Amino acid sequence: MTDHTPSTQRHTIEAPLWLLAELTYRCPLQCSYCSNPLDFAATQGNELTTEEWLDVLRQARAMGAVQLGFSGGEPLVRRDLETLVSEARTLGFYSNLITSGLGLDDARIEALRAAGLDHIQISLQASDPDVAGAVAGSRKAYDKKLAMARAVKAAGYPMVLNVVLHRHNIDQLDAIIALCAELDADAVELANCQLYGWAHLNRNGLLPSREQLDAAEATTARWREHLANEGRDMQLLFVVPDYYADRPKACMGGWGSIFMSVAPDGAVLPCHSARMLPMTFPNVRDDLLSSIWYDSDAFNRFRGEDWMPSPCRDCDERHQDFGGCRCQAYLLTGDPTATDPACDLSPDHHLIETARREAAEDQRSASQLTPRNVHESRVFCRA
Amino acid sequence: MNRDRIYRLRPGWRLQWEEAQGRHVLLYPEGMVKLNDSAGAILSLIDGERNVGDMLDELQERYPQAPADELQTDVHEFLDEAVQQGWIHHD
Repeated sequence: MTDHTPSTQRHTIEAPLWLLAELTYRCPLQCSYCSNPLDFAATQGNELTTEEWLDVLRQARAMGAVQLGFSGGEPLVRRDLETLVSEARTLGFYSNLITSGLGLDDARIEALRAAGLDHIQISLQASDPDVAGAVAGSRKAYDKKLAMARAVKAAGYPMVLNVVLHRHNIDQLDAIIALCAELDADAVELANCQLYGWAHLNRNGLLPSREQLDAAEATTARWREHLANEGRDMQLLFVVPDYYADRPKACMGGWGSIFMSVAPDGAVLPCHSARMLPMTFPNVRDDLLSSIWYDSDAFNRFRGEDWMPSPCRDCDERHQDFGGCRCQAYLLTGDPTATDPACDLSPDHHLIETARREAAEDQRSASQLTPRNVHESRVFCRA
Repeated sequence: MNRDRIYRLRPGWRLQWEEAQGRHVLLYPEGMVKLNDSAGAILSLIDGERNVGDMLDELQERYPQAPADELQTDVHEFLDEAVQQGWIHHD
């Protein structure tokens, strides 16, 4: 790859460590909490080719990225996944496949292993097929996922199970953790739903109540103690929803600090949700990844602290949370430069309180939420 | 500590020299431990075949100026810590 002249500000910008390769927005499931963009259907037919992805991997690795996530959509939809995994291994990436488990079978698990895949993360929607089916739009996916989780373990991979929590499944957390323990997961991410994309559209029908959340945290604590007593080495990571936190999350470890995401059509983003922001993002089809990372307006827009509004700019905690999440600020206030309203020091924090009240009045069942699919997405492409 | 003991990295984890960072890192699902020089030197000798005695001999050869008793203490303390952290285990 061509090296090119460093820019003047380059010395203050660290190299990226994480590359998220969102290979496709195609997915057999229709989860109403999906974080993909609402207008994902607009990029259909415009996915990066195998050669283009290989070039992205080579460029990112040369810059210093070492952790690699293959995600989507459902990355197994791409028949060239094994080719990409193989090149990633040769380059020295640690590769993580982030999958629904659908599209996996014993032969493909073996092929990916031979190609050098390091880790498979499978998502589970619930501890029973009824709730899982209502959330993901496929009742039969449940059995398939459990079978694939067992096959992944049997093949000797480390296995992380990811469960997105919301009001329709959080009350069965005890059974969910028991299921993960039975599947012999190495770690379980109990991630309260991040309210972006389709999840934001369905926000009022997804946000749990404070009582549900408190019970879930107590359940998690009980399980941690139980697992420790049993000498089990299954980590439980509980991610609190922003709408019930006092302080914002340190989103992506800071804008343009360690993470970059490449979308199916080649757009390069500081986080996989950033595409909704009212700004233009560069594309690997037009620019070198290093020039995008170090020099683009998009990646420099919220780097450091100069962009910060009050109260962030004088806050002692600005080095810890970097002002929170730009997407959340934009979704709630219409201003991407605002302090994340999740922070109770934000002048807009009342918006979070209003959202919690509105959600409490929403009586829809899981199957009444808007499913994430091409048909629904086309509505947003036209808008 | 038992000089005959043989350690292995946790299955699925990988130790790697990162030229861009100028150090060894320990890679695991969606994460990375950045290692200092001595941690990198010790962990890179763990291959599921060398025992602790072999590792000490090799380190002594590589760092002849280090007093043997201090080297031994440092290595044992680090291995204990690495077991605690779940980075390595022994049979």
